[in-house]
Amino acid sequence: MEDQHIVTAFDRDLAELNRMIAQLGGMAEQQLATATCLLDARDPAPIDALIAKDKELDALEFLLNERAIEMIAIRSPMATDLRRIIAAVKIASVLERIGDYAKNIAKRSRVIIASETNRSDSISLTRMASLVQQMLNQVLDAYATSDAESAMDVWDRDQEVDQLHTSMYRDLLQMISAQSEVAEVSSHLLFIAKNIERIGDHTTSIAEQVYFLVHGSLPSDDRPKADDSSGTNLGSQKKR
Amino acid sequence: MSDNQQNKVKIEARDVQVFYGEAQALHGIDLDLNANEVTALIGPSGCGKSTFLRCINRMNDVIDGCRVAGTITIDGQDVYSPEIDVVELRARVGMVFQKPNPFPKSIYDNVAYGPRIHGLAQSREQLDHIVENSLKRAGLWAEVRDRLSASGISLSGGQQQRLCIARAIAVNPDVVLMDEPCSALDPIATAVIEELMEELRKDYTIVIVTHSMQQAARISQRTAYFHLGNVVEYGATQQIFTNPKNQQTEAYISGKIG
Repeated sequence: MEDQHIVTAFDRDLAELNRMIAQLGGMAEQQLATATCLLDARDPAPIDALIAKDKELDALEFLLNERAIEMIAIRSPMATDLRRIIAAVKIASVLERIGDYAKNIAKRSRVIIASETNRSDSISLTRMASLVQQMLNQVLDAYATSDAESAMDVWDRDQEVDQLHTSMYRDLLQMISAQSEVAEVSSHLLFIAKNIERIGDHTTSIAEQVYFLVHGSLPSDDRPKADDSSGTNLGSQKKR
Repeated sequence: MSDNQQNKVKIEARDVQVFYGEAQALHGIDLDLNANEVTALIGPSGCGKSTFLRCINRMNDVIDGCRVAGTITIDGQDVYSPEIDVVELRARVGMVFQKPNPFPKSIYDNVAYGPRIHGLAQSREQLDHIVENSLKRAGLWAEVRDRLSASGISLSGGQQQRLCIARAIAVNPDVVLMDEPCSALDPIATAVIEELMEELRKDYTIVIVTHSMQQAARISQRTAYFHLGNVVEYGATQQIFTNPKNQQTEAYISGKIG
């Protein structure tokens, strides 16, 4: 913390809040990493542990919210202090969501692993997932160091994730229409890809919170988006 | 809380400097205070906020060795011009102090005092009307209507402060200055005064000095942060308390070691 409060207990509270965000962030990163490994795996063993671990994330987010409410009630925070607390609450909620997406990836992976299908597309999924992992890592560092510029870099990078998602979406749709026997697995892959794309979106909302924390306003420009999958249909592609 | 309508400037201070003997308390204050708004002056003890407040109705005149330079105008009229009748000025610019200071007279006479000396009432009925109306506007009428002849100092602290507000508004002021009006009151009495200020600003321009950040944030439309005899930052209250531009302001309102 740049300046110290005259009431030192307030500094301790804020430090504790930061520590909780760091811990939550670490857990969300770990869940995402474990889920990503499952994309190439043949072994469903880590899935149960991942699902169980999600409860810890939920519990920690709840605890953080309680602490934040206490701080607002007791310390009457103003300006940066208030923004820090509000940002922490919002970021915690996003990290909890990221945990939910990782859990969903794990559940779908269980079905895919059980089907023993040969998947050629897992490479682009893995690429997308590792890009999103890097973004999450960078945005958590940006939060810890109040680095709005680095946060905005993450904000920009989400375009790459969107582009990868759109192209994967097309590929998977084509695969389903060509080979109906892979429809089930491919559908799960579609949702996994969407989950990863959503995690990318969530890292950008953390980036916005970091920007808000530092500058007291939200970034003015609209976030560049490149996810066209919601407008994709195979019919229009065939016509081209 | 935020008022978007553009209120007109009521009080204009330009390069206001105040000296107590050799010591300079204010170093050239420029402030525009809007009509029908509550402006809060905040800052650490000795920053000059009360000194500035007292310049507006020339309460500093009574302090030995105090010299004021620069100009303060109300509705374009210089309050330090030689034509100004200071007694008239203080009726136009009422003041409420930190410690409630009713006269040791009846509740009725406390409120009737100003209208009497300024000749505002032609008859007893008119005076009764002014007293009743002022006490109503100060939110005290219901509590004292049956004991108007009781002594003003028999009231509770919060009631005494509202009596002082009634006394100030009985002479039809334009501006009401308040110097920490709630610092001697409990939270309930404070809330009553704060509610009253919101009501009063429809007719008056209110300037309040307060040490309570929460109070400044709750009741004012604009806030000026004073430090070492200067205005460090002045702006919309909601901006000052959520996203101050100045590091010193931020440190002060957040309770940091600046």
